[in-house]
Amino acid sequence: MIRRIFTTLAAIFVFATPSISEELKLAVTTSFHNSGLSDILLPALFEDTGIEAQLLVVGTGQALRLGQAGDVDAILVHSRAAEDAFIAAGFATHRREIMYNDFVLIGPAADPAQAGQAHNVTEALWAVSSGAAPFVSRGDDSGTHKREASLWENAGIQPETADWYRATGSGMGAALNTAAGIDAYILSDRASWLNFGNKAGLLLVFEGDEALFNQYAYLPINPELHPHAKSDLAAQLENWLTSERAQSLIDAYEIDGEKLFTFNATR
Amino acid sequence: MGDIWEGLRAAAWLLISFDADLYEITLRSLRVTVSALFISCLIAMPLGALLVLRRFWARRFVIAMLNALMGLPPVVVGLVVYLMLSRSGPFGVLNLLFTPTAMIIAQVVIITPLIASITHQALRDLWSEYHDLLISLNTSLGQRVRTLLWDGRRNLLTAALAGFGRAIGEVGAIMVVGGNIDHATRVLTTAIALETGKGDFAMALGLGMVLIGLAVTVNLTIHWLTGTERAGRW
Repeated sequence: MIRRIFTTLAAIFVFATPSISEELKLAVTTSFHNSGLSDILLPALFEDTGIEAQLLVVGTGQALRLGQAGDVDAILVHSRAAEDAFIAAGFATHRREIMYNDFVLIGPAADPAQAGQAHNVTEALWAVSSGAAPFVSRGDDSGTHKREASLWENAGIQPETADWYRATGSGMGAALNTAAGIDAYILSDRASWLNFGNKAGLLLVFEGDEALFNQYAYLPINPELHPHAKSDLAAQLENWLTSERAQSLIDAYEIDGEKLFTFNATR
Repeated sequence: MGDIWEGLRAAAWLLISFDADLYEITLRSLRVTVSALFISCLIAMPLGALLVLRRFWARRFVIAMLNALMGLPPVVVGLVVYLMLSRSGPFGVLNLLFTPTAMIIAQVVIITPLIASITHQALRDLWSEYHDLLISLNTSLGQRVRTLLWDGRRNLLTAALAGFGRAIGEVGAIMVVGGNIDHATRVLTTAIALETGKGDFAMALGLGMVLIGLAVTVNLTIHWLTGTERAGRW
């Protein structure tokens, strides 16, 4: 009896492998996916080009590592300095800017540190550093984390050792969950924040500084380094992402009447 | 408490509405775990029996290692399998990374020590009963292995179900080697991690209920099919 169960199950499961169409692996930052934009773009991409983009939703740091190892065909990330270093090392052929949104400072609704009254992001971070409420950091080498680190540096603050600074080492959503749980301040990209389902007692407390500008760029992996990389599909995807069709989809994407991304690719 | 209630409702709604994505990821969960379990049993059960029957110099060491590896951290297994299958790794040319096959490999590594340990434990007791009989019948090693495995099948079922339980609920390793790609490598556990990340606790909990329900169903079905716990059979 047991033997029969085993053989039947083996026949069903071990040998049932799905067939494969034109697939391309794309490592993207969590915000691209958590914002819900990928659910709009990917079906349209498939309709227009027949390309099935398989998303690996990771932080910018891990996306760059996957690209470096040749495990993906292209990456879509948001951390200019790391991208430039990536291209300088020869891992990608070039960098194409696609769209932007901005970072926002989220905090407890009561705003105990009075960060909302700041005139710029530096002042807001000074207010947060008073320690009136904890600050949750991504702490995972993602694009958001890198930006946060540079903002602290510009403000002349070294928060890592402070007792109000909590580095979680997790993705945007998980970090937002943590912040919601302990009523803390946190830096988030606007898209992830708007699409986040567990806002609890958190509100957007500061926005609108130029230093919070968040550019997303597309980098195809260098086929000379990784001959197996599907560079022709990656090029097709780049053409599509910068097309008028993608532009209208990106610019029209809204949550609760708020626009999340602005297309700014040059053709 | 409200979230838990919402989770139950979400689970019910997912099941009633025959959500296509739900069925897809549930089937994939089953496919990956059952495949891994099948391969693991093929390796672990004869290995456990051999460790009972054969006396060799490193036997005690191998048994201790298997016991220790029962607690292997999945995320480390995931990382090692990732490095092996990565394009920059030794098996990169096989192009297996981010496929269900990679997930099966990781799960085999995780549950094989567990199944081998439990098998060894169960068959050791059986062997002390069968020892004199099988030796006096002058049986070959292969015959002894087969006899022990067959007569100890109920205990081996427990070993297999323990392996199934560990594999079906595992998320750390398959997240790393599978990548949680929609329609390719997304399974129940990674989908739960994703929904939690989005702050959609009701959906995450709903999927969790489905996962628990699946584990219960599989266990009940197997017990029913093999007729355990019936009158006169213990």
